[in-house]
Amino acid sequence: MASSAPRVVRPPTFTKEARVRSRKILAVWVVLLSFVGASCASKSRVAGPATPAPVSYPVRIGAVTIPRQPHRIVSLSASGTQMVFAINAGPQVVAVDEYSKYPSSAPRTKLSGFQPNIEAIAAYHPDLLIIESDPGGLVRAMTALHVPVLVQPAAKNLDATYAQIEDLGRATGHAPDARSVVSQLRRRIAGLVASVPKPKAPLRVYHELDQTYYTATSATFIGQVYALFGLTNVADKAGVTKNSGYPQLSSEYIVSANPQLIVLADTVCCHQSSKTVAARPGWRAIDAVRRGEVIAVDDSLASEWGPRIADYIALVAREVRRAETVYATGTR
Amino acid sequence: MTTVAERAAEHVAIQRQRVRGRWLALACVFLLLAAIAGILFGAKSLSAGDVVRALSGRGTRHAVDATIVRSIRLPRVLLAGVVGGMLALAGAAYQGVFANPLADPYLLGAASGAELGATVAIAYAPAALGVNVVPIAAFLGAIGAVAAVVVLGRSVRAGRSTTVLILAGVAIAAFLTAIETYVQQQHQTAIRAIYSFILGRLGTAGWAGLELVLPYVVVAAAVILLHRRHLDVLSLGDDEAASLGVHVPRVRLVLVAAATLGTAAAVAIAGTIAFVGIIVPHTIRLLTGASYRTILPLSVIVGAGFLIGADLIARVAIAPAELPIGVITALIGAPFFIALLRQSRAVTS
Repeated sequence: MASSAPRVVRPPTFTKEARVRSRKILAVWVVLLSFVGASCASKSRVAGPATPAPVSYPVRIGAVTIPRQPHRIVSLSASGTQMVFAINAGPQVVAVDEYSKYPSSAPRTKLSGFQPNIEAIAAYHPDLLIIESDPGGLVRAMTALHVPVLVQPAAKNLDATYAQIEDLGRATGHAPDARSVVSQLRRRIAGLVASVPKPKAPLRVYHELDQTYYTATSATFIGQVYALFGLTNVADKAGVTKNSGYPQLSSEYIVSANPQLIVLADTVCCHQSSKTVAARPGWRAIDAVRRGEVIAVDDSLASEWGPRIADYIALVAREVRRAETVYATGTR
Repeated sequence: MTTVAERAAEHVAIQRQRVRGRWLALACVFLLLAAIAGILFGAKSLSAGDVVRALSGRGTRHAVDATIVRSIRLPRVLLAGVVGGMLALAGAAYQGVFANPLADPYLLGAASGAELGATVAIAYAPAALGVNVVPIAAFLGAIGAVAAVVVLGRSVRAGRSTTVLILAGVAIAAFLTAIETYVQQQHQTAIRAIYSFILGRLGTAGWAGLELVLPYVVVAAAVILLHRRHLDVLSLGDDEAASLGVHVPRVRLVLVAAATLGTAAAVAIAGTIAFVGIIVPHTIRLLTGASYRTILPLSVIVGAGFLIGADLIARVAIAPAELPIGVITALIGAPFFIALLRQSRAVTS
């Protein structure tokens, strides 16, 4: 009689195959859950936590497909660089162009977005390239090298900036960070706008791009900043839609329009200052010159459309508050 | 006793002088009208009475109107006149010196020299310098470029000297433009300032710009006008001119130097305004068919009126915005000039 050996109850062990199978199941679950999570998040549009949530690749942004999470990003756009670092994708960046000055920790190189050298860009083995415009077939050349290229042109308004930040969030695997950056920007800007009391008569502003009086109307990205505070832009008389929003004004018109606030965004390019402005023929008659309301700003701060625009808006808010008290006491 | 032939020649001479006087009077009327229009109209609409009150120093209704007329509009009109007259005169002189209808004030590299000078000054001069070194650098660049062309041209033995000079001018201009492009490419942030310079700054120079440019222009114009007879003799050919007692190389050098001095000063303040130096002298030549004795003074007057008019259009066409002056000079000048060419061919053929 065959005695049946006492059954030894052994703890269940997984064979190698079983382990693999269970991992696969787990992976499927993770993917499914993340899918649900991502779709919920995108539907609810609520700022998520700043922890990187799993993102399913490929990601499609417009006509561009990003096959997997990029870890060798090259940015030839100063605004794009600002955005990528703001959404915590900075560690994935291997090179930025010579004008990407913010943040200072960005790996600045001699690469140029204006005259791009395809070989020099390719030498960084990028898996995502961010540019502002496509001069001379850069997109085609990089696509041939299987490098996805995100073209993020100059934003026309703040919403376009927010959309670009969110696109970069999806592209880099930092969608929740991007959403929280956008909501923080919205909150901060709304707070700044609310912090400036609206005067009865709106202040007249002139934003200068160079010393031959090229300027920006309210239809431009930078012009809308002044519109946020209800300022009257003297350039709007030149046609908001004409001249692509950047007309050159006549000196005599500026003097007769008598701006109360002059913002010099040509301090770096053209070395302009309140002193050079006061020395211009006839400009001493302008209120802003007489009352010391000529503000010098960094050209790039006033020409980029990344998250630093909030710093610019904060600066304008401060100056508008100051100018309003100056002119309020002056009229008494 | 005078012969019939002598009397006929005298008659022709008197006739010619009369025609010349008529053209001069017409040109002066054109200049006067352009100047009056230039002072009356602008981005800020002012009544004629206000403008007159502002000019005469009596009070205007708004203090700012007087400032606009006296500090902005008047110097701008005068500067446009000075620059336009100088460029047209320099163009006429160059065309005479080189017996080349395509010669313009920038033929020997004055424009590329000025642009390189301005570019280098904008890119490298420290902001803390205080004085505006850009016009000085542009002026020196223009003079230096033409001097290099003349020296280079003279070092070549073969060929006709004028052809060699023009070819040397082309080579130097290409060389300087290459350096300029390189410097610009290395200083992208300065590009806006550089283009502002090249596109012209009649609107920003003011009285200070006029004071800066005037001494050079007066000297240059005087020297060129004093050589108007020499230019007529030069048009007969070098040998003929030499046999008539003209020291051809010296006259040529003096004229080139004077035209360059005036052009350099104009470019340093107003930027490289194209086309005036070609179109104005040729228009005068086509209309009057006259000698340099007539062409040179007429070029000054008509060139001044033309640029004042072009600048007026540039600042009122889309006021209060402005158009680049070069757009106007070419947009109006070119079709007018072509129409004139067609008409003159119909007359001569």
